[in-house]
Amino acid sequence: MSIALDAPRARRLPTFWMVVFFVILAAFLFVTVVRFTRGLGATTNLSDQFPWGLWIGFDILCGVGLAAGAFTIMATVHLFNIRRFEPIVRPTVLTGYLGYLFVTFALLYDLGQPWRIWHAIVFWNPHSVMFEIAWCVMLYTTVLTFEFLPMVLERFRFERLRRILHNVNTPLVVLGVLLSTMHQSSLGSLYLIVPSKLYPLWYSPMLPWLFYVSAIGAGLGMIIVESYLSGRAFGRELELELLEPLGRAMVVVLAVFGVLRLQSIWHEGALGLIFQPNYEGRMFLAEFGLGVVLPIALLLWRRIRTSQAGLVAGGALAVLGFILHRLNVSVTGLERASGVQYTPSWMEVTVSVGLVAIGFAAFALAARWLPVFPRHGDEAAAHRSGG
Amino acid sequence: MTYGILFDSTRCIGCGGCAAACKEQNRLPDEIESRTTAYTWTVVEQREGAYVRRMCMHCLSPTCVSVCPVGAMKKTDAGPVDYDPDLCIGCRYCIMACPFDVPKYQWDKLLPVVGKCVMCAPRIAEGKAPACASVCPTGATQFGERDALIREAQERIAREPDRYVDHVYGLEEAGGTSVLMLAGVPFASLDMPGNLPHKPLPQLTWQVLSHLPDLVSVGAVALFGIHWITKRRTYVRAIEGGDRPVEPPTRAEDGGSER
Repeated sequence: MSIALDAPRARRLPTFWMVVFFVILAAFLFVTVVRFTRGLGATTNLSDQFPWGLWIGFDILCGVGLAAGAFTIMATVHLFNIRRFEPIVRPTVLTGYLGYLFVTFALLYDLGQPWRIWHAIVFWNPHSVMFEIAWCVMLYTTVLTFEFLPMVLERFRFERLRRILHNVNTPLVVLGVLLSTMHQSSLGSLYLIVPSKLYPLWYSPMLPWLFYVSAIGAGLGMIIVESYLSGRAFGRELELELLEPLGRAMVVVLAVFGVLRLQSIWHEGALGLIFQPNYEGRMFLAEFGLGVVLPIALLLWRRIRTSQAGLVAGGALAVLGFILHRLNVSVTGLERASGVQYTPSWMEVTVSVGLVAIGFAAFALAARWLPVFPRHGDEAAAHRSGG
Repeated sequence: MTYGILFDSTRCIGCGGCAAACKEQNRLPDEIESRTTAYTWTVVEQREGAYVRRMCMHCLSPTCVSVCPVGAMKKTDAGPVDYDPDLCIGCRYCIMACPFDVPKYQWDKLLPVVGKCVMCAPRIAEGKAPACASVCPTGATQFGERDALIREAQERIAREPDRYVDHVYGLEEAGGTSVLMLAGVPFASLDMPGNLPHKPLPQLTWQVLSHLPDLVSVGAVALFGIHWITKRRTYVRAIEGGDRPVEPPTRAEDGGSER
């Protein structure tokens, strides 16, 4: 921006990203009207042969997984008592909270009868994985609300309420970890029941484990990416001395995931399919090469891991690989058996992109108005009371 | 007593009477589409000169019943897998999960529900045979007690081994189905799924889901324990390190952040 003579003021002008945001928002609102006046058939490329598409594969499966940083970091700081990660707790909880709100909203677009969403509370079927996920997501979103609330209460100085929440923090964190463990793994369990339909490179009885471990890895990757993006947006230094150990933890989690992944393919007797020159083989190599091998290879190097660009690249690759894996399970792996090729319609893409954009905007607003990031004075205070 | 349907492909002449009767019985739009949809619950298709009916197989342990989060699908004692459109939230997990690709969705509607053969559950409750079986002119679709139909099917194969492939489809597929099929050509060439486990599919998810309560109880104790140990370790280290006096971890301090 060449006209930005007064640097601090320049932020007030509509920036490039703000224009992009409002264009996306307009398209998103248009598609919303179409979705809720014309129905799923007019909006999506879904069919009887392919009833679950981008909204399940990306919005739900990836949305929930990418929000896993919240329970991971809450457990690290409050249960394992590794206090030095305290400064990234709030941005991560905020990311997680917005992630679960994103998932809930996306679900309203995907459900054929969204106004009956409450049926899952009243009409039970404990044999259904979907039922269990519905309850866990509902309860965990409530937990996240309480974990997010202190930022609001602190901003508006509701001291007494804040103290009450503070006193129930440990049970809340424990509940959050348990609920997350259950539904993060259950997203994988959704696909246990289609052994005859899901391509052997992705079907495995270990799917719940794979989804649980990959969610933790992606959650850590998201913390790195989100710290980088908010650092850029708010002109803050990246806390490399905090994020570098997260990068190391992520390498370990990715390695565990990689081994589990190869084991699962081995047990399915499908190792030979990896190098088949077909669509599935290529998608697997992309997922595993870009999302597991490459970030591990990069971050094993100390020089790369301790540089901002290297660490952020590693985190972003892990997130990308995670998204590829979940889309492969939910879309690629089911296409052959369905007999049709599914490509999302532009309206499906618009809803997903629009919800992500709204999430980014909400994060920016929250970061501006709420005490999300520690200020320099706060850190001293935290050290003092940390004992 | 559980009922079923025996479909004998070698007796089917492809007249489509079953599809028309189904339309009338279930008040569906008249047009019989080329394959099953939410508005056409059964069709007769031709494969390699043989006829095969597409319809719900009414599994003994139905996948759709197991996956439905709100219990809109129900296996009735009489045999049919029935569907309650008033409960359905439209998650379409049943459509995605059914090993026979049976449930279909009203994609063109703003308030869509699932459509699938319900073996004329209301008619069976009145003691009548499903519409398709009662109109079939050749007896290709036959209604009766499942056990009796199995005996009948096996007798037919034994009587005319040249006429049939030696396989009662539905006896074991996906843990067994209330609809059984006989054919003169391999079932794979009729596009009937051949790679289904003989165990009921819902076991695959239940063997994970049923362990979750254990996970919660053990996990809760372990996590509180970890918290207790790490908290105390910090406290002890502070004292041994000769830091300035620290308050013992009282109730108020339990639970973390000192913000």
